[in-house]
Amino acid sequence: MALHRKLEPFGETLPAMPLAAFFLAVFVAPFALLLVISLFESTEFRALGLHQYVKFVSDGFSVRVLWDTLFLGFCVTAVCLLLAYPLGLVYLDGGRRVRATILFLIMLPLLTSAVVRTFAWIVILGREGIVNNAMLALGLWGQPGRLLYSWGGLVVALAQIQLPLMALPVINSLLKLDRTLLDAAEGLGASSWRQVWTVILPLTVPGAVAGGLLVFAASTTAFITQTLVGGGRIVLMPVDIYQQAVGVQDWPFAAALSIIFTICIVAISYLVNAFAQARMRGVNGA
Amino acid sequence: MARRFADLVYSGVVWISALFAMVLLLAPTVVVLIASFTGAQTLKFPPPSWSLRWYYELLQSDELIAATWTSLKVAFWATLASGMLGTSAALGIARSSSAWARFLDGLFMSPMVLPAMAFGLSLLMVFSLMSVRLSIWTLTVGHIVICTPFVIRMVSASVQQLNPVLDDCSLSLGASRLYTVRRITLPLISPGILAGGFVAFLSSFDHVPVSLFLSDARTEVLPIKLWQILEAGLDVRVAAVSGVIVIVTLVGLVLAEWLFGLGAREQRAL
Repeated sequence: MALHRKLEPFGETLPAMPLAAFFLAVFVAPFALLLVISLFESTEFRALGLHQYVKFVSDGFSVRVLWDTLFLGFCVTAVCLLLAYPLGLVYLDGGRRVRATILFLIMLPLLTSAVVRTFAWIVILGREGIVNNAMLALGLWGQPGRLLYSWGGLVVALAQIQLPLMALPVINSLLKLDRTLLDAAEGLGASSWRQVWTVILPLTVPGAVAGGLLVFAASTTAFITQTLVGGGRIVLMPVDIYQQAVGVQDWPFAAALSIIFTICIVAISYLVNAFAQARMRGVNGA
Repeated sequence: MARRFADLVYSGVVWISALFAMVLLLAPTVVVLIASFTGAQTLKFPPPSWSLRWYYELLQSDELIAATWTSLKVAFWATLASGMLGTSAALGIARSSSAWARFLDGLFMSPMVLPAMAFGLSLLMVFSLMSVRLSIWTLTVGHIVICTPFVIRMVSASVQQLNPVLDDCSLSLGASRLYTVRRITLPLISPGILAGGFVAFLSSFDHVPVSLFLSDARTEVLPIKLWQILEAGLDVRVAAVSGVIVIVTLVGLVLAEWLFGLGAREQRAL
């Protein structure tokens, strides 16, 4: 009874306390340590300061790497959105068979390892790969194109690998859509394009945002795909962090890179969420 | 008439894009399966000849088998721990709308969005500061954090569908809280726990960024081993490993669908 009284302030969230303690020790504390280490001026760990951050801003290369990484996330998210909506619309109108097929196709890559999917893209995009062989056989290309180790190849590969993360929330949000709204739009003479643009898209923003954030986070941090499909010439944040930490052993700089990278991702997620919420309020209020 | 035409174009565009997306989703898996049965030394596609030689090679590469075992062990313990911690946490926060519960929910879900590279590096710093030697257990600690969001998401979805009256009935009939959880709540949400565990296991087995920092030569995990092989050059053995993973996943997917209807549940959770 005494114990029960003592635990009372935690109330109903009491069962969450073990995990909260675990996260505090191995998730929150490490990030705090990362922040502290990023504030050391050199690998000798003597003086504190913002040296690493100044180094980041002033060396030109690092800022470029961060920019490229965020741009990659943006491109992949855009491609995923463009593919997920048609898939979702067909799912919405489809019968049992069509729905089951689409769901299976979405689950399949989600459940096969990302390394396997990356490897598949190497086979598809390689010098003797499917695309090159097909193009040569059709006589469309005179010589094998450089598809592997190119920006376009990397975007397509990542988009395919992350598409399930986008498709599931988008489909879920389409299913929650009130069908009578579409019937009303139809009855009032709106074309299919207009229905998509003025009814479906605005009302499925939550799904698109949820999926978009997952795809953005996953594609910016996809170390394996970035190194294998992007190759050595496309340097992105995860590779940069890995090389600084493990290759050069410059922990303060690697820590600063990680902190900057994390802050960017968090800030973007926050802004996109805030935008979506304002948007939804507008839709519901109107 | 113009509108009829616009609608026709619309259907065409949607269907063609959707078919393209479906082919894109399926193609890599099929390509890997076909490539793994090649009889040649290179990954020329389509394969010039067929054989099972690369699967046979797999059986003889001790390093790949060792890495697979490490991955399976880490995934097992990470699933077990995140399953217990996550289920308990989901019971505490899923039905509460208090600010504190929302905060905890955000904290527990954040490993899904924060860069895992940063988390892996920070955990490595903690371990080396405390002079803890890297082992399969330090690796497992990192994986538990990565797996937990999946468990919480799946179990929370189950908990939210639960009728709270059932709990009240049990309590008013004199059962203790613990007894109610054990006999009423847990059995009812067990499909959610199983689905969460399934996804947690797969995501641990597949996880790279954290392992990149926390595994050493003795605790090499499969995805990193494969990455190293591929960095060194295109080795057809990777196709065979991929083939095995695809086949095992397909069988697992069919079994899971058959046993628990996992597909429908996953979709509800998202």
